[in-house]
Amino acid sequence: MTRRSLLSITDLDRAEIARILRVGNRFAEVMQRDIKKVPTLRGRTIINMFFEASTRTSTSFELAGKRLSADVVNVKGSGSSVEKGETLKDTVITLNSYAPDVLVIRHASAGACQMAARHTDAAVINAGDGKHEHPTQTLLDLYTIEREVGPLDGLHIAFVGDVAHSRVARSGIRGFQMMGARVSLIGPPTLLPRDAEDALGVGTSTDVRDVADADVVYVLRMQLERMGPGGFVPSLREYAMTYGIDHARLRPGQRVMHAGPINRGVEISGELADDPKTLIERQAANGMVVRMAVLYDLLAGPAGGAEPAEAPLGALAVP
Amino acid sequence: MSARLVQRPGPAASLVIRGARVLDPAAGIDEERDLVVRDGVVGGEPGGLEVVDAEGMVVVPGFVDPHVHLRTPGREDLEDIATGSLAAAAGGFVTILAMPNTSPVVDTASVLGALLERGEQEAAVRVGFLAAITVGQRGQELTEQAEMAALGAAGFSDDGHPVSDARVMRRALQYQRITGLPLVLHEEDVRLSGTGVAHEGAVASRLGLEGIPSISESVAVARDAALAEYEGGWIHVCHVSAAETVEEIRRAKARGVRITAEVTPHHLALTDEAIVSLDAARHKMNPPLRGDSDRQALREALRDGTLDCVATDHAPHDADEKEVPFEEAPFGITGLETAFAVCNTALVAPGHLPLELLVRRMSADPAAALGLPVPTLVEGAVADVALVDPAARVVVGQDGFQSKSRNSAWLGDELLGRVALTIAGGRIAWRT
Repeated sequence: MTRRSLLSITDLDRAEIARILRVGNRFAEVMQRDIKKVPTLRGRTIINMFFEASTRTSTSFELAGKRLSADVVNVKGSGSSVEKGETLKDTVITLNSYAPDVLVIRHASAGACQMAARHTDAAVINAGDGKHEHPTQTLLDLYTIEREVGPLDGLHIAFVGDVAHSRVARSGIRGFQMMGARVSLIGPPTLLPRDAEDALGVGTSTDVRDVADADVVYVLRMQLERMGPGGFVPSLREYAMTYGIDHARLRPGQRVMHAGPINRGVEISGELADDPKTLIERQAANGMVVRMAVLYDLLAGPAGGAEPAEAPLGALAVP
Repeated sequence: MSARLVQRPGPAASLVIRGARVLDPAAGIDEERDLVVRDGVVGGEPGGLEVVDAEGMVVVPGFVDPHVHLRTPGREDLEDIATGSLAAAAGGFVTILAMPNTSPVVDTASVLGALLERGEQEAAVRVGFLAAITVGQRGQELTEQAEMAALGAAGFSDDGHPVSDARVMRRALQYQRITGLPLVLHEEDVRLSGTGVAHEGAVASRLGLEGIPSISESVAVARDAALAEYEGGWIHVCHVSAAETVEEIRRAKARGVRITAEVTPHHLALTDEAIVSLDAARHKMNPPLRGDSDRQALREALRDGTLDCVATDHAPHDADEKEVPFEEAPFGITGLETAFAVCNTALVAPGHLPLELLVRRMSADPAAALGLPVPTLVEGAVADVALVDPAARVVVGQDGFQSKSRNSAWLGDELLGRVALTIAGGRIAWRT
């Protein structure tokens, strides 16, 4: 049986997202216990395939799998047969022969997960593909906002900065909208996607002062590694002056998010990044429980067919 | 000078096509009657000839494709002259022009000469070869075009590697006065395209794909139309994809520039909405599938003649090259075997274009645009004939492909239109 996959945030509907966030809440309770491991996915195999640099996503996926008692194997781009020129297709076919339940894939190219899903029976989780999507980031962002700010309905979230290269924004826009939030994009005209209003149903602005209107200011990393030569802004210094977010550009009560890693002094001031009132550290911490919830949902949740919707967490009694 | 078209030897066709609609719009022929081909020539006595029952079908002048990649020399694993020309025959084409972006590039008389010789052995239909405008298609020095023209080059093209230096393009247009052959231009400002992989528009914005803006095509056409006007030159614009480009061509034609242009079946039939599946084998090509308003503009321009003709840009790739993440895959899809069915399904059946006009745009018009012999059903002409059944339903790829490659945008899809018989240069090239 081919399992459900999570390639795009739009693979989920509003009810499914809400369900995953609820399950995340219950795993968060488990994480308060002395022993943080539950037997839910014992005997399941998860292969993490990270072909692009990652700290948060790879660590939290690995820990998520292990705390659910799954067998977790990590394959990296460097040190694997990819270095010998093996194609992604062949790598996927090879790993599929070990009958994994989940492949978690991070890749530098859009469409890598779609392609991989054509060659495996395992559930594929997109852990970030190029500039395309990063759905589990959006789920943990939603989880963080719900817990720390409140219900998404009617909230105004502004993405600020390098939207063009951001898979975090690409998934976030649609995920936030699905849960009832209003989204706008603020950034230099060279880094806003073409036809964004029509394509994404968002407002756009090139004036950083428009962050004043937002409840949540979501600061995007300047993705220098994806920009190539030619430059989208004259200099990082000018970018920081015109679009960098610091305390002076915020009004009281606004909450700040950033998916990390941070370019201090570029898109966000060091002082603001260190301010405990931002949600940045909460995002990182919540990543693990939300990824536990995603793994649970794909493998043991209602559509996975193994157990009824509400029972399994009750069965999470520490062994 | 004119193109040398080569074809393998074979027996002259003699048969009677019975009961079909004989349709040659360029010659003013449209009637239901038998069409006799005797000794490879249209007309003559039907007595004693094999009869092909063609009730309900349409006999048309064979199609002409000015834009084909035969991948030879260098990538014969993807296509060679024999398979590419057979794919052409299966699509009803009687004449095709092969692009020179091979390995090595067709940029010397010796490479061109070797291809012409092979074509004489292998080609199922008439094949002509375009040679490069610049050495190695590097955009710097002109190739020895007088020598290659004398040998029979069909024209000159740096397809896939646009001539970005305006001074080099200007020299090529001046030098054209010696050869009298068309400059066939892949129009793209590669700096504007950057590392783009899809049309810059709403779909690419949603998918996070690097965009290829429409203006990367239209500014290149605007520049070369101005150069051609200034030098009194002749340019043919390849695979027009954007509404902005159509406007540039319309304006250039209005002021008398000698400019012709082609459009592919896939740009006429599909839009960038198709790429959401991120299946590169089907939908990654350059120029990319564009928006619905572009598609509308292309259809209108093909109707009114701003775009002169249909060309496939048949670009074979193997499955492994294409089965990689969308962004990493090479550009190009095949097209010879599906061109008529795609246009018939997307344009004729829904009433966007009459069959008569499609036939012109696939036969007489491309031939005229590139200065090639015009296929015709007039009595006494060498038989260049396609027998098509516009009502037949075919599933693309169900019976395999004649091409070595199967990277078709319509693989597994049902289309309307089958080619039952192709006679090229008086010889039977394809028959189901």
